[in-house]
Amino acid sequence: MKKKLYELAHSRAGDKGNTLILSLIPYDEKDYELLREKATAEKVKEHLTEIVDGNIIRYEVPNISAFQFVCHHALLGGVTTSLSMDTHGKSLSYALLGMEIEI
Amino acid sequence: MIRIGSGAGFSGDRLEPAVLLAEQGNLDYLVLECLAERTIALAQKRKLNNPLLGYDPLLEKRLELLLPILSKNKVRLITNMGAANPVGAAEKVAEMASKLGIPIKVAAVTGDDVLALIRPNEKTLEDQTPVSAYGQLLSANAYLGVEAILPTLETGADIIITGRVADPSLFVAPMVHHFGWSLDDVDRIAQGTVVGHLLECGGQICGGYFADPGKKDVTDLAHLGFPYADVASDGTAVISKLEGTGGKISLATAKEQLLYEVTNPNAYLTPDVSADFTTVRLKELAANRIEVSGCKGQAKPNTLKASVGYHAGFQGEGEISYAGPNALGRAQLAGDILHERLKDEFPELRIDYIGSSSVHRTNFGTPEEPYETRLRVAGKAKTKEAAEKIGEEVEALYTNGPAGGGGARKYTNEVVGIVSTLIPRSNIKTSVNIRESVKHEEKII
Repeated sequence: MKKKLYELAHSRAGDKGNTLILSLIPYDEKDYELLREKATAEKVKEHLTEIVDGNIIRYEVPNISAFQFVCHHALLGGVTTSLSMDTHGKSLSYALLGMEIEI
Repeated sequence: MIRIGSGAGFSGDRLEPAVLLAEQGNLDYLVLECLAERTIALAQKRKLNNPLLGYDPLLEKRLELLLPILSKNKVRLITNMGAANPVGAAEKVAEMASKLGIPIKVAAVTGDDVLALIRPNEKTLEDQTPVSAYGQLLSANAYLGVEAILPTLETGADIIITGRVADPSLFVAPMVHHFGWSLDDVDRIAQGTVVGHLLECGGQICGGYFADPGKKDVTDLAHLGFPYADVASDGTAVISKLEGTGGKISLATAKEQLLYEVTNPNAYLTPDVSADFTTVRLKELAANRIEVSGCKGQAKPNTLKASVGYHAGFQGEGEISYAGPNALGRAQLAGDILHERLKDEFPELRIDYIGSSSVHRTNFGTPEEPYETRLRVAGKAKTKEAAEKIGEEVEALYTNGPAGGGGARKYTNEVVGIVSTLIPRSNIKTSVNIRESVKHEEKII
């Protein structure tokens, strides 16, 4: 069965220059292991392929049962000079949450 | 134990939450964080036009509301609203206090302005090209830390105004001052830093920027309260908000804020410490009360980051809407026409379909036909006149484009870009500048 990350987790997006930063936080801490297995950096890169040009690093933060995806070259140059509508990429947390995983 | 409130998370933040915190929060310190990356470059431009300006444009509005309350409740204020002109801001605040008959001492921190130290061949952190390759430099400000703020607290100043400092340092400085922590006590400084990081965005830990109806509900977001922390001598803190204010503080809101804008959770770098956020523990003590503890740190970096503002030309934009049958099709035809008309002058032209694929720059292939679509075109040029061409061409779609376009708008804005570079700590000299309000009696004499 396929499920959107949106059903299992929440996320907030942040930016530093041209780097997009996306947290992924399961509502139920028991889903941490499931997300660790399914929401890999590779899968997220595949999902965000039209948005993120650079590589994606996933950090695990088990103390709070959460992940951080650090996406390079993702914001058309970054907030100050991007021609994008959402120059910060703040809305992109929901692009991540739209990703489907098989469970 | 000290209590530190967070009354603003960005330059344009709401005014009321800080007033409520100052009035009812029983605070020792109120911090207002009002300086984004680009804010200082824009402020520098205002200062060039008028040397008395260059501080935060809302300084007077905020302080007019806060000064009487801060003075009455003996709450010290720490803020980076000095932007490009901390001394000018201190003078303005002292003048306002004099008029209100409030005796105060204001301390301004200077030394973050490092424009004179930036060499044209200085490499940027972004892509290692020299800063001079980006364009005419407007500003360069180093991120100062606790060391620059501490001397102001030691003068007994009621109000401390800085320019560029790392946001968490605004909160760590009063902790270090109050508890007498050593700046080499990396674990305490790291713990203070994580508390500052959780507070620095104002309402965000209280459920601001969090709500998603049916999924992440937040009560009474319209009356969102801002947070304060009760910090113990080991840095352990309980984050809470005032009774009766809207919003909520929960493990979920704290987790989102803990990771917010953190590029490496193992090493969150500030001028004060390298903090390992993966060691932080969060515990829900009661509704709207979260305990934060356990953060470990490593020695601070030898260099300071500086943000360099440069003139990046002008951005022209135009928008026009299409609605009803084949709205997206007509908008796309308009986009194709504009591309043809503008591609030679604007090789980087951006064409977006608002309502379909503009915000995420894709719709992930979702085939839904929207009832309405707004075409938006943007591009950059060296001069304002050249950038205006984009809006003019969009407007011209009225008589030269597809059927049924409406609501055309055009904009042209100057663009200030920001890049970063590193500066050795030893090159930076900071100082404290004191301004005091004039007592009423003195004015009569």
